[in-house]
Amino acid sequence: MSPLLSLRNLRVSFPTRSGTFDAVRGVSFDLGRERLGVVGESGSGKSMTGRAILGLVRPPGRVSADRMELDGESILNLPERRMRQLRGARISMVMQDPKFSLNPVMTIGRQITEGYRLHSGQSAAAARQKALDMLEAVQIRDPERVFNAYPHEISGGMGQRVMIAMMLAPDPEILIADEPTSALDVSVRNEVLNIMDKLVRDRGMGLIFISHDLNLVGQFCDRVLIMYAGRVVEELPARELHNARHPYTRGLLDSLPRLDRPVGRLAVLQRQDSWRDAEITTPLPEGL
Amino acid sequence: MLTVRDLDVWFGHPPDRVDAVSAASFSVASGESFGLVGESGSGKSTILRAITGLIGTWSGTITVDGQPVTGQHRSKAFHKTVQMVFQDPYASLHPRHSVDRVLSETLHLQGMDQIDRRITALLDSVGLGRGFRFRYPHQLSGGQRQRVAIARALAAEPRLLLLDEPTSALDVSVQAEILNLLSDLRRERGLTYVMVSHDLAVVAHMCDRLAVMRAGRVIEEMPASALRAGTAVSDYARALIAASASYQPA
Repeated sequence: MSPLLSLRNLRVSFPTRSGTFDAVRGVSFDLGRERLGVVGESGSGKSMTGRAILGLVRPPGRVSADRMELDGESILNLPERRMRQLRGARISMVMQDPKFSLNPVMTIGRQITEGYRLHSGQSAAAARQKALDMLEAVQIRDPERVFNAYPHEISGGMGQRVMIAMMLAPDPEILIADEPTSALDVSVRNEVLNIMDKLVRDRGMGLIFISHDLNLVGQFCDRVLIMYAGRVVEELPARELHNARHPYTRGLLDSLPRLDRPVGRLAVLQRQDSWRDAEITTPLPEGL
Repeated sequence: MLTVRDLDVWFGHPPDRVDAVSAASFSVASGESFGLVGESGSGKSTILRAITGLIGTWSGTITVDGQPVTGQHRSKAFHKTVQMVFQDPYASLHPRHSVDRVLSETLHLQGMDQIDRRITALLDSVGLGRGFRFRYPHQLSGGQRQRVAIARALAAEPRLLLLDEPTSALDVSVQAEILNLLSDLRRERGLTYVMVSHDLAVVAHMCDRLAVMRAGRVIEEMPASALRAGTAVSDYARALIAASASYQPA
């Protein structure tokens, strides 16, 4: 089966006063109908990879790739008009914090229906029904009330579910979720994950789950990419995460305090310069 | 070292009064490390803010080192005993004050002498070299900023440190460094910690005992060993521990 999304040698760079800064340096992967985790620390390029796929890297930032294809069709550096037809309709993104991603002076209902009507051309009444259905699908108990509410009138967990409802209304093929649960409490977090998991399974969507939380990604995703300094340093099935071989992945795992394994001192990651550029041992798709 | 009895903390006036903490009681012995855990809005940080006088609307008894505190005013002696480290090192340092100024100002306020020597010693003790002395916050990473915030708290030579989510804004590898530093400092200086966190594994690693909070109330107090063994008594604490430990597909 051909992948939904195929990336080869993705690079994102920004000119700075002291030369070009490469935020992403040659990332390659294929995404099928699966939950793909992208893990790394701040500055590893994981969010920038997501933004590059959506065409959200603003000038003077530059995106280049040998291949960036959605269903076999190139989406690299499309004109903004074309990209706008894809974004939201076929690829969507859920951001970290609903507080900063929802429009504070627009009701939830209007925000959900706006994007949906734009992409589907449906009537206002149909869009309203769709929005209510979506709110119900993300397990909001009182969809009518939330539809008419403003973002400040709902909780953070509800806001995140509203964002997911909004992104999923146009039925995208790929959902990019950038730290979608980091701002949430654990009980709400698990609820939101369940909703995303169900939607991936029921709709056959591809999910790119960007996170700094190794344990969570190990439990939630099918496959994990570990990023360091703008590159993928290791790729492995999520359930094999505890058997990771790359010293960076191992270092991250060891530096986490664990309930089931008390230690006197936490292991501290010793960064190696070689991780930035050394040959990557994990086979990439098509043996790249 | 610290006793909190029947603490109520509220915001606003009736009919809009919000009770952030209700009838919370716990005590922390000298040299102990005590954790406060719970979800957002459970009142854990509010307790720390009431202790340090950042919130004045509270009732009950707070005793620090045998001395009761009242209202919002705190004596000089209080600040020599109790210091606080905040969650966000990006927000808790003045962006236009160099590390040198942050520390020397604090030392002046505390009436310390030999300021120059003390600044060097403070920087050494938090693992920042002398080269960091004249840097500004924007020239520091998140972990380095949190080290400066810890050095500032240590400047008064306190015996009780209130730690409000000291590592939740940091990457895990940096979190490990800061937690190790806090452990070392406690051992070397015989400090007492009260640590607020939503991360149960961090609290189990750092604390001897902890209280689980929900909606402003202390639901349960337990030793860290009970947290590790999963032998919490209340249903809420058990559910919280289970939810934190793993994600189970429904």
